[in-house]
Amino acid sequence: MSRAMFHARFSGAQRLLHWTMAAGIVAMLFIGVAMLSTVAPAYVPLVATHKTLGVALFALVLVRLILRLTLGAPPLPADLPPLMRLGAVLSHWALYGLMIVMPLLGWAMLSAAAYPVVLFGNVRLPPILPQSDSLHTLLWAAHRWLAFAFFALILLHVAAALFHALVRRDGVFEAMSPLPAKPTAER
Amino acid sequence: MSRSSSRSPLVPLAVIALVAGGSAAAFAYTAGWLSPERLTPARLVAALAPPGGPALGHRRNHAKGICFTGEFQSNGNGVALSKAKVFTAGAWPVLGRFNLATPNPNAADATVRVRGMGLQITTPDGDVWRSAMIDAPVFAVSTPQAFYDLLESAPKGPEAMKAFIGRHPEFMAFAGWAGSAPWTSSYAEDPFNSLNSFLFTDAAGTTRAVRWSLRPAATPVPITPEELTKKGPNYLEQEIAQRVAGAPQRWTMTVTVAEPGDNTADPTKAWPQGRRTIEVGTLVVNKVIAEPDGPCRDINFDPTILPRGVSVSDDPFPAARSSAYARSYDLRTSEAKDYPRTSAARSAKP
Ligand code: HEM
Ligand code: HEM
Ligand code: HEM
Repeated sequence: MSRAMFHARFSGAQRLLHWTMAAGIVAMLFIGVAMLSTVAPAYVPLVATHKTLGVALFALVLVRLILRLTLGAPPLPADLPPLMRLGAVLSHWALYGLMIVMPLLGWAMLSAAAYPVVLFGNVRLPPILPQSDSLHTLLWAAHRWLAFAFFALILLHVAAALFHALVRRDGVFEAMSPLPAKPTAER
Repeated sequence: MSRSSSRSPLVPLAVIALVAGGSAAAFAYTAGWLSPERLTPARLVAALAPPGGPALGHRRNHAKGICFTGEFQSNGNGVALSKAKVFTAGAWPVLGRFNLATPNPNAADATVRVRGMGLQITTPDGDVWRSAMIDAPVFAVSTPQAFYDLLESAPKGPEAMKAFIGRHPEFMAFAGWAGSAPWTSSYAEDPFNSLNSFLFTDAAGTTRAVRWSLRPAATPVPITPEELTKKGPNYLEQEIAQRVAGAPQRWTMTVTVAEPGDNTADPTKAWPQGRRTIEVGTLVVNKVIAEPDGPCRDINFDPTILPRGVSVSDDPFPAARSSAYARSYDLRTSEAKDYPRTSAARSAKP
C-alpha cells in the first residue's frame, strides 16, 4: 500500500499558483539571460516582457504567500529523514524569499539608474529609490547573482520533486501535482 | 505500486540527472555562454575601448561631454504626427549633454569628427523621451553587426579598412560627409540628427515612420581642424558655456515623414529631398554645467526610452544601442570612484 493516498494535497488555488508561477519564474530566468546576450531587435520586447512579467509575478507571490500562511501546507511524510525535512523547509522559504526579492531588486535597480519603469500597456511605475551609482551597482550585482542562485535552487528543487515522485514515491509530488486528485488510482 | 518492487532506482536517478543537466545546459546556451561568437552587448561595448582600455567611470563612447538644461518649446504642430504630450503646445523641461564621439574623455576637440547631443524631455504626464543624436547626416554603417565590424577593423590599419569598405560599401556616404563637411567651432552651430527611424502614432491611431533633426539657430562659421586645434583641446566646452551664459541658444526641431518605399531600416540611407517635414518646436538651452557634477552625468540617453505615441521601427539600431548603452551605464556607474564627482577634485588632476 502506498503512503500517497494518505498524503494531503495543497489546495487547488495553491497548486494553480505554484505551476503558473513555476512557468513564469523559469521564463523570467531565461528571458533575463537571453536579453543580455543579444543586440538584436528582440532586445526591446524581451526587456519589456521581463519587467512586465516580473512585476506580475510579484503580485502573484503576495497572494500565494497569504494563501500559504492561512491554508498552510500538507505535512511532509513522517519517515522523511530529518536532513531532507530541513532541506525541504529551508529551500521552500528560500524560494519564497527569492520570488519576493527578485522583482523588488529589478524595480529598485531601474529606479537607482533613473530609468522610467515602463511595462507593457504603457503602465508606468514610480521610482522606489533615488538615482544612485552605488545603490545601482549593488542592486545590479544582487539581481544578477541572486538570479543565478535562484536558478541553481530551482534545479535542486526540481531534482528533489522528481526524487519524491520517481524514487521515494511518498506522495510529496502528488501534493503539488497539477493534475486533479486521483482518489482510486493508487491502491 | 509497492516500493519493495525490484525496480532499480538507477533509471529514475538518470532521468533526474538528465532533467537537471539538460536545464542547466539550456540556460547556459540561452545566456550565450556556449557561443562565444555571439554578438552580445558586452562584446559590442568592449570593442569600443581604445587600445589602452576604457576610461573608467566614463561613457564607453561619446565620453567627452558637458551637461545642459533648458526647455523644449513645442508649437503644437507635432500633434498631427504623434499623440505624445511633448508635441502639444507648451514648454517642457529639458536635460541634455553636448558630446564628442570618442571613447576618450580627454580627447582634443579637433581630433574628433563626430559631435553628438543627448537629450531628455519630460512631460507632466510622466512620459520621458530620451534620444542621442549626431551631427552627421547619415550613419556610418547599416547594421549593428557592421558597426562591430568597423570597430574591429579600424584599429588594424588601412588594409583592414579597405577590406571593411569592401564588405560595407555603404560606409562611403558617411566617409564622404566626414571628409568634406565643414567643421564649426561651436556646438551651437551644429545640427543634430536622430538618423534612426522611429514610429509616430497620432491620436487617430495612424502610424508613420519618421526621423527628426535639431537645426541650429546660430549661423555656422566654418573653421578648419587646424584652426580649432589652435584654440585649445577643450575649446568647445569653454565656448558653449560662455555662449549660453551670454544668451540662450536655440535649435528648431523638425520631423521628417517617410514615404512608402523609403528605407526606414538603414540609417546610412538618407531619404530623398522634399519629404514632408514639420517644425514641431524649439530647443532652448539656457544653462551649461560641467559633467562631473552635472545632472546629465548619471543619465543614460537610451534611444528606446520613448513617450506614448513614439515607438521603435524596423531600424535595428535603437535596440542594439539600448543594449549597449545599458551595459556602458552598468559599467561606468560601478566605476564611479574612478571619476570623482566634485569639480574641484577633477580640476586638481592634470
Ligand atoms: C522573478 C523575478 C525576476 C527574475 C527571476 C529575474 C531574473 C533576471 C536574470 C536572470 C537576469 C540576467 C542577469 C545577468 O545575466 O546578468 C536579469 C536581468 C535584469 N532584470 Fe530581472 N528578474 C526578475 C525580475 C525583474 C523585474 C521585476 C525587473 C524590473 C522591473 C527586472 C529588471 C531586470 C533588468 C533591468 C535586468 C538587466 C540588468 C543589467 O543591466 O545587467 N527583473 N533578471
Ligand atoms: C520554477 C520555479 C519553482 C518555484 C519558485 C517553486 C516553488 C515552490 C515552493 C515555494 C514550494 C513550497 C510550497 C509551500 O510550502 O507553500 C514548492 C513546493 C513544491 N514544488 Fe515547486 N517550485 C518551482 C518549480 C517546481 C517544479 C518544476 C516542480 C516539479 C518538477 C515542483 C514541484 C514541487 C512539489 C512537488 C512541491 C510540494 C512540496 C511539498 O509537498 O511540500 N516545483 N515549490
Ligand atoms: C550599434 C551602434 C552603436 C553603439 C554600439 C553605440 C554605443 C554607444 C555607447 C556605449 C554610448 C555611451 C552610453 C552611456 O554610457 O550612456 C554611446 C553614446 C552615444 N551615442 Fe552611440 N552607439 C551606436 C550608435 C549610435 C548612433 C546611430 C548614434 C546617432 C544617431 C549615436 C549617438 C550617440 C550619442 C549622441 C551618445 C552620447 C549620449 C550621451 O550624451 O550620453 N550612437 N553610444
